[in-house]
Amino acid sequence: MTQFIQQMINGLHVGSIYALIALGYTMVYGIVKLINFAHGDILMVGAYVGFFALTAFNLPFGLALLAAMVLSALLGMAIDKVAYKPLRNAPRISALITALGVSMFLQNTFRLLFGANPRKMPAVFNVQPILLGDLRIPPLTIITILLSGACMVGLELIIRFTKTGKAMRGVSEDSKAAKLMGINVDRTISITFAIGSALGAVGGILYSISYYQVEPYMGMMPGLKAFVAAVLGGIGVIPGAMLGGFVIGGVESFTKGYLSTTWADAIVFSILILVLVFKPSGILGKNTKEKV
Amino acid sequence: MHKKVIQKYAVNLAGVVAVFLLILLLMGMGVVNNYMTGILIFTGINIIMAASLNLATGYLGQLVLGHAGFMAIGAYAAALFALNTEMPDLPTLVGGMAIGGAVAGLFGILIGIPALRLRGDYLGIVTLGFGEIIRIALLNLPFTGGAAGLRRIPKLVNFNILYVAVVLTITFLFLFVRSRHGRAIHSIKEDEIAAESVGIPTTFYKVYGFAVSAFLAGVGGSLFAFYQSILDPRKFTFMLSVEFFIIVVLGGMGSITGTILAALLLSFANEFLYSVENFRLVIYALLLITMMIFKPDGLLGTREFSLNGLLDRVKTLVGKSFPKSKR
Amino acid sequence: MPLLDVKEIGITFGGLRAVGNFSIQLEPGELVGLIGPNGAGKTTIFNMLTGVYKPTEGEIRISGRLANGKKPYQIVNEGVARTFQNIRLFKNLTVLDNIKTAFHKDMRYSTVEAVLRLPAFWREEAEIDRKARELLGLFNMEEDADTIAANMPYGKQRKLEICRALATSPQMLFLDEPAAGMNPQETRELMNTIHFIRDKFKVAILLIEHDMSLVMGICERLVVIDYGMIIAKGKPEEIKTNKKVIEAYLGS
Repeated sequence: MTQFIQQMINGLHVGSIYALIALGYTMVYGIVKLINFAHGDILMVGAYVGFFALTAFNLPFGLALLAAMVLSALLGMAIDKVAYKPLRNAPRISALITALGVSMFLQNTFRLLFGANPRKMPAVFNVQPILLGDLRIPPLTIITILLSGACMVGLELIIRFTKTGKAMRGVSEDSKAAKLMGINVDRTISITFAIGSALGAVGGILYSISYYQVEPYMGMMPGLKAFVAAVLGGIGVIPGAMLGGFVIGGVESFTKGYLSTTWADAIVFSILILVLVFKPSGILGKNTKEKV
Repeated sequence: MHKKVIQKYAVNLAGVVAVFLLILLLMGMGVVNNYMTGILIFTGINIIMAASLNLATGYLGQLVLGHAGFMAIGAYAAALFALNTEMPDLPTLVGGMAIGGAVAGLFGILIGIPALRLRGDYLGIVTLGFGEIIRIALLNLPFTGGAAGLRRIPKLVNFNILYVAVVLTITFLFLFVRSRHGRAIHSIKEDEIAAESVGIPTTFYKVYGFAVSAFLAGVGGSLFAFYQSILDPRKFTFMLSVEFFIIVVLGGMGSITGTILAALLLSFANEFLYSVENFRLVIYALLLITMMIFKPDGLLGTREFSLNGLLDRVKTLVGKSFPKSKR
Repeated sequence: MPLLDVKEIGITFGGLRAVGNFSIQLEPGELVGLIGPNGAGKTTIFNMLTGVYKPTEGEIRISGRLANGKKPYQIVNEGVARTFQNIRLFKNLTVLDNIKTAFHKDMRYSTVEAVLRLPAFWREEAEIDRKARELLGLFNMEEDADTIAANMPYGKQRKLEICRALATSPQMLFLDEPAAGMNPQETRELMNTIHFIRDKFKVAILLIEHDMSLVMGICERLVVIDYGMIIAKGKPEEIKTNKKVIEAYLGS
């Protein structure tokens, strides 16, 4: 029983990180119908910014986080401007290939700049774990869950109550109609990329602290798993991304705890395939059919 | 069969033989050394891999990001076959290729039936996930040698055999896409709903095209295994799938000769960029992005280089420059 | 026995009944129009008849055989061909290849026969090449055979789409707003073409159309629908004076 709860807590920990990253995928997909392959690498960039802020500049955690969020947001907007915007009306496969190119570009540029070897991320919340009977709850886990939760609530508030949020919902519903209603579609898309990337950066920093390291290819696996989470929850649906993130986190953690560490990733990908086969629209997604 | 068709085939055959003899000559003269022969062999395997991927991506119009997975399946199946049988070289080679292709093709069907119901971008992710599952499985299954991989696979492939294999693969692809089956596959890329409305069983042809592509990738993998004689599961990563994909995009989705051209170009580029290995992938990434923005059709688009077309053009050129005097 | 016998079909999308109680019969060689205001469910009916959507109620019989739930390509094999409201050609293929693709179901040679270029391949390919050119010839498009479909003028693209549908040798042809985007001159030509098709290919034609002059000019019978229900049936002259129809169109 203790082990079960322990795995559950671990699941919540990684799950909330996946959920944060999944939000970026789902928001961008919702608004421009593009699977942003580079999103995983934006979280890598965010983690590097955090790493340098903490080590080279000795900034406190809060400022490091802020710096990572701001720089990642700018990067996300820049990528959209340079690489995706020219292809808005091109076939989808072109935009996807470009996204793949951006992903490769970020990974290999960072490898070029900082080397392929992982760097040790400082342990930020290096205090004794809280002990509840046999349960060990590291403070990092609590902070991760709380921080992710705060980000999600913040996002929900922005989307529900601000003008920008309304514009985002409008554009994702029907970008042409939104344009006719006077919404600045390009700006809205830009903001979506910014918010998604900033959330990704938070996820990236939390991920790198949890696994104690940063490296140029670190974004790929959590990126892919977060994508699986987004699809599982229903791509384009924001609560779906959160739900999917926690489910994937739980599955991964329980597989590692009870079955096998080596097969955990394979099981996550099998879930993706199964979801797409049996319910391609995801848990909370709507069914859409191509118009004839 | 018309005389004209036979003539055209003969011209192509002559061209293929001429290139082969030229390379052999250069090898004999020492211009092409062992190192370069090795590169040529890897280029040949890349051509098979990328050309087979082009069938799924360029003709069927599906984004496939797990081609290395099919290659790995073919390579391991062929290697395990060779390691567990005692037969002379040629049957081992042919049997291994057939088994490698068949197992990969079977996986193509298994993964294709569910995945191909989805739109292109989802398929890309599913195949990506599939490639990762295969890699993890090869690392952890009891009979694949784990992280150490498989060793002492008989080395059965040399340049001559590989050249023949490449020619056969390319010929097969040309003859396949220029048939009713190829037309059906191509029509799905153009407009799936329209294809269905003129009587094309689209689900069948999607799975079929995908399976043929996987089959050829498996054959490519088996050739790789029989040349390398060592298999390391870490070779078959997502990045390898992306490299095949880059070749297809650069050459032109829907152009087989474009794929050959792109594979050759990238092999040369790799050699030049070898000293700046770190820059290489950055350059490829930029290439991919700028190409999609400015020249999404790649080098040849959907056109094909044709030896017969070239000859015709030369003939008319010569005819124009030296008009025949009236008798 | 009618060629097409549709009994009270209907379809519901997520609780919304898009079409209900729709029945129609089509006899060989008939020319029937299906009209109604925008959003009345005309294209939805076409999609049910051609297997794109599966009706949630009722039954469709083609030449007496039940066709509910058959896939679109199977419906083609039953002898039904269609065109689309927003032309769907194989844009990057040549005009000739567009037609040849539609002969797929009449061809038998296998992959092995294809890649070994065995006699069956040459025989069937030569046969459909001849048939495809002949068909293009009937519509005065033989010189366009090697043009890429996307590069054809709009009117010819419409014609090519009809031509491609005919290549499946149908007994019934469903045309979804063939006159959309055409000027009066082109529409008149289209009327002649439709008559020509009916007489030459002996097909029954079911036509969705907005252009009243076209519909009234060529259809022998009309079925009018509104809000997914049939509101009137009959000869063009009867429909013209039908009160319900006038209401539906003018919004009373």
